[in-house]
Amino acid sequence: MPIWEFLATYGWRFLGGAVVTAEQFILAALVAITVALLAGLGKLSGNWLIRGTAVVYIEIFRGTSLLVQLYWIFFVLPLFGINLDKFTAGFLSVGLNIGAYGAELVRGAIRSVPKGQWEAAYALSMSPTKRMRRIILPQALAIMLPSWGNLLIELLKGTALVSLISVADLMFEAKQINASTFLSAEAFGTALVVYYILARFLVTPFMRGLERAMARRLGRT
Amino acid sequence: MDMSAYPLELPEGDRPMVRFMNVTKSYGTLTVLDDLDLDVAEGEMVTVIGPSGSGKTTVLRMLMTLETINGGVIYVDGKPLTHMERDGRLVPANERYLREMRASIGMCFQHFNLFPHMTALQNCMEGPVQVLRLPKAEARDRAEELLSMVGMIEKKDQHPSRLSGGQQQRVAIARALAMRPKVMLFDEVTSALDPEVIGEVTTVIRKLVAEHNLTMLMVTHQMGFARDISDRVCFFYSGKIEEQGPPDQLFGNPQRERTRQFLSAVKDAG
Repeated sequence: MPIWEFLATYGWRFLGGAVVTAEQFILAALVAITVALLAGLGKLSGNWLIRGTAVVYIEIFRGTSLLVQLYWIFFVLPLFGINLDKFTAGFLSVGLNIGAYGAELVRGAIRSVPKGQWEAAYALSMSPTKRMRRIILPQALAIMLPSWGNLLIELLKGTALVSLISVADLMFEAKQINASTFLSAEAFGTALVVYYILARFLVTPFMRGLERAMARRLGRT
Repeated sequence: MDMSAYPLELPEGDRPMVRFMNVTKSYGTLTVLDDLDLDVAEGEMVTVIGPSGSGKTTVLRMLMTLETINGGVIYVDGKPLTHMERDGRLVPANERYLREMRASIGMCFQHFNLFPHMTALQNCMEGPVQVLRLPKAEARDRAEELLSMVGMIEKKDQHPSRLSGGQQQRVAIARALAMRPKVMLFDEVTSALDPEVIGEVTTVIRKLVAEHNLTMLMVTHQMGFARDISDRVCFFYSGKIEEQGPPDQLFGNPQRERTRQFLSAVKDAG
């Protein structure tokens, strides 16, 4: 079967899969950013309980395999009475996994805001919360943004694993089409190209745009 | 430590704006300041000079509560700064008390430390709006007035990255003044500047001394400037005040051998 005929026949299914992948990506990214911020700040907290919780979360989700985490959240949590549908289990697992890496980015960026900035905010008598929110975090954000660009591409590629719990994403559709047609090169080739397009022409330009906007805020353009 | 020797509040009639009382600061076994007693009267400009490592910057940082102290008490405007009263005794101050007290102290740093994500105007409005809870319009008026005073009003919408060192330091002075502090601290504010822009910062400080009744403490390496504008100069040597007095006396007729050595070394260098 020529490739155009293959695409004419199965294009819509790939498109449907790509839409699910995009949804998984966006939701997982929101989860990852939220928990990364919480755990990154938590790890710097003076309260040992908060710090301990953050450390345990980061250690578990960074130290074990994403696939095993996905199976745990989808197959094992129901044994403890927590039932998540596969779509939710999918983006939650990927988000929590990448969030653990993101937490280290957040922590590192906060730590690398120059000491003089902390002291200047302190000298203005700001409360610790206000200092973090108004002075330190905006600068930390600019520092960590380039690394987040990388991490979000990792996250996009990580979403392919949700096909293993039958979420009908791009990878799932590719596998289905392969199983019914045995056109492996075409099926997985198309998936490869679509992932590349999503990463290269959507995620990367979006992050570059954010970096530019941030640079403008710092008056660095 | 026995705290009963320290009054809960300084008595009427003996209330300098700043009082260091037996203040000691050490890092491990290294003693940076040893049993320091120093008063600064209201409206007085005191300059601290001395070789590096003599503890002069530490004096300012302790007053800003950026450094904790290991012994003694610091009073600001008669009230203890580093300690607070509990059950009729002085105990180390908690975060909330410190925050309240240090709102009356402003500090300018060697490296300016302006907030890079804010314009000059926003830098000067941040403290008044966020800490003093001033209405935005009032904070803006105050900030613009101070930026005019330091000659930076034309650049008020610029970010720090667009300003020269001298310009940044002038904005930093305006930012500190916007909090209406009782005490201003200048920590080597000209040390990081190119020689040709030092004058624009010292001019602003001269103006402050001439036109306002602010209490000021300054650490500097510029002896000529210190001699011109100080009411009193303190020469620090290894954690102690070796000699102090009016500038003409200290620079013109130093009494102590170490002071003479330091001043002649500085003269040779510059």
